[in-house]
Amino acid sequence: MVDKPYNRLSREQIELIDRTSLEILEDPGILCFHEESVSLLEKAGARVKPTREGEHQAWWVSIPSKVVKEALATVPSKITLGARNPENKVILDAEGTRIHFGSGSETNYWLEVEPETFTSKKDGHEREFPLIRRKRGNLDYLCRSAHLSEQLENLDFFIRNVNVQDEDISTDNKDVNVFFASLNNITKPVIGGIADFNQLEQVVKMAEIIVGGREELIKNPVVSFITSVIKSPLQVVGETAEKLVSIARMNLPVVISTSPQGGSTAPIDEMGMVAQVNAEALTGIVINQLANPGAPVIYGAVPVRARMDDLHDMYGVPEFCHYTMACAQMARYYKVPCYSTAGVGDARVPGMQSAVEKMYTYTAVPFAAPDLIHYAFGLLEKTMTFSPDQAVLDNHMIGMSKFLQRESGIKPEEKDRVVKMIGEVMDSPYRMYARYARKMLRKGGIFEGFPFEGDSDDQDQSLLMVNRHLKELEEREPQYLPEEVCKKIFEQAPGLVSRLNPYGK
Amino acid sequence: MKEELTDKIVENVLQGRRNQEDEGIEEDYAGEPGVAELVQQALDEGVETNTILLDGLSKGMELVGQKYESGEYFIPDMLTAAEAVEAGMKVMEPYLGGEGESDGKGKIVMATVEKDLHDIGKNLVCIMLKGAGFNVVDLGIDVPAARIVEAVEEEGAGLVGLSALLNTTMTNMEDVVKELEQKGMRDKVKVIIGGAPTSEDFAQEIGADAYGKDAFAAIKVAEQLLQAGGK
Repeated sequence: MVDKPYNRLSREQIELIDRTSLEILEDPGILCFHEESVSLLEKAGARVKPTREGEHQAWWVSIPSKVVKEALATVPSKITLGARNPENKVILDAEGTRIHFGSGSETNYWLEVEPETFTSKKDGHEREFPLIRRKRGNLDYLCRSAHLSEQLENLDFFIRNVNVQDEDISTDNKDVNVFFASLNNITKPVIGGIADFNQLEQVVKMAEIIVGGREELIKNPVVSFITSVIKSPLQVVGETAEKLVSIARMNLPVVISTSPQGGSTAPIDEMGMVAQVNAEALTGIVINQLANPGAPVIYGAVPVRARMDDLHDMYGVPEFCHYTMACAQMARYYKVPCYSTAGVGDARVPGMQSAVEKMYTYTAVPFAAPDLIHYAFGLLEKTMTFSPDQAVLDNHMIGMSKFLQRESGIKPEEKDRVVKMIGEVMDSPYRMYARYARKMLRKGGIFEGFPFEGDSDDQDQSLLMVNRHLKELEEREPQYLPEEVCKKIFEQAPGLVSRLNPYGK
Repeated sequence: MKEELTDKIVENVLQGRRNQEDEGIEEDYAGEPGVAELVQQALDEGVETNTILLDGLSKGMELVGQKYESGEYFIPDMLTAAEAVEAGMKVMEPYLGGEGESDGKGKIVMATVEKDLHDIGKNLVCIMLKGAGFNVVDLGIDVPAARIVEAVEEEGAGLVGLSALLNTTMTNMEDVVKELEQKGMRDKVKVIIGGAPTSEDFAQEIGADAYGKDAFAAIKVAEQLLQAGGK
């Protein structure tokens, strides 16, 4: 819960961005590659002009502000993300200030920390160092990351964070396997993208088996979806729009995720970037609402900045925070729950650089009080690599961030207590407040401090200590789906690989 | 009845309750007798002071120490418990007989050395030592070496504890050791030092007997030193 969101943009600036985005949507408008979306937009009042983009049929669509406003009027401002364990449900409220942190990004690499002992050539002393091995992502790592995510108390929702590259996994069976691997290892809300449209029904079926039917799933959506429906700048992708429309009609929550890069696919200046990314998010919301008015939809904006030397994404920079915080304010203005980002390290391995970059965005972005903050656990090398050790460290940093956002303790009803306490202490022999600190400590009012502090005078031992803690967490018993449920899922979802079944074939 | 009372004393030491006004760690202690009232009740009912001390106050502090070592308790819990023990000791004072008995585990003169105004560390050690059953004479801050040695002599203390927070003042600890030597008292009085800039090496360098890295270490070291030959 953020006590008071920090409003970087004034009301006038928010309205200015709104007007600019609406003007962009009208002219030049959007370039749409999905015929049904075009038809929905045209029926609602948009002007449409067919065109060709290379081999593909496309349409220039000019969306009048009236169409956008009508669509926004039907968006629910409160959305529940269901969970296998009902206590882990996440309730999004566009007008509230509760923030939730989650994982994300299908990284290609998994970093394994393997401590080794070395002898110094200089002083002959033996020291243990955390060596880092880079492995390709696979289903086993995905299961491990979901299980780890279950253990991390500051992780509120799970987006798969490992790209599975097993030999027996292809586009034809990837979605069912990754959703099952996730759902079977975590009892918190699972959100994910669909790689193959044909598997959407199967994934939904799997979720229905878990909760007991379609109606139950709508009440308790243990799966929600992410659609990257926009290719920046301002282009609607055909296949993804198809998924978006279908998910809207299933009445399941979906994130419209658009991720332009300032300096290449979007303007690098704050106003240009925010006006465009806002127009893109609105486009997805409009298509979703035209497909099914009132369907649960989430404003997702992941605006990044380009590195000037190689045009890769940059997350750990101030501009990223400016863009992201502005988007959170825009979503709040529209009363649409917001999906935001913090904690991506540009660094390749856990260390000083990653800590600086991550702590920086964990501190800034939550002040804008978006509902969901994804990419927050273990991501390194932009979004290319997942490090479970880093995720454990991130869990601690996010705990600090959550603590920072707490409500202030300065309240009129506390005045008499404070004066009495100070009077008592001044009247005591040693004038110490330890007695009163103890009370705060027991009430959870005192932050624990850095839990991975080493005692060496000549090396940083944090990563070694994190690794030991990670191993303890990984040994905890998994909370698998019940045997009957697994059996039913394996019977009804073809393509699931048998090694994922915890109860054997 | 006797056991019931000493058990209650132990419980209230753990809760850090000096008297009935104090809150405990857990709820529902409001208005219940604290250590001071329980000790008074025990005395009124004829429980021996030694029993109150050993089975109540000291046992409570031992449990607190165990909880600290296992990570359940923190420094504020230890200090609060020590304050509760001190409150009980005050009630017992008039009932204690001879001088030796009233010194509990032994008499210690404590001081922050000359030109140093810092007292948090020294106060922590004082509270803990009192809680552990020592008789502590606290001279306060910025105390010249001559005055410290004078107090040791007056009080007949077997141990002197010196504190300093500054690199520039810790050197004044050596003056106290030298002063004790000059007065011919060094073989009768043990010296323990502590404070952020000090160390085991520094203690050896200036000829002190021991270094306490924190308040808990100080108690252990004090017990060992006094058993080994102090008063």
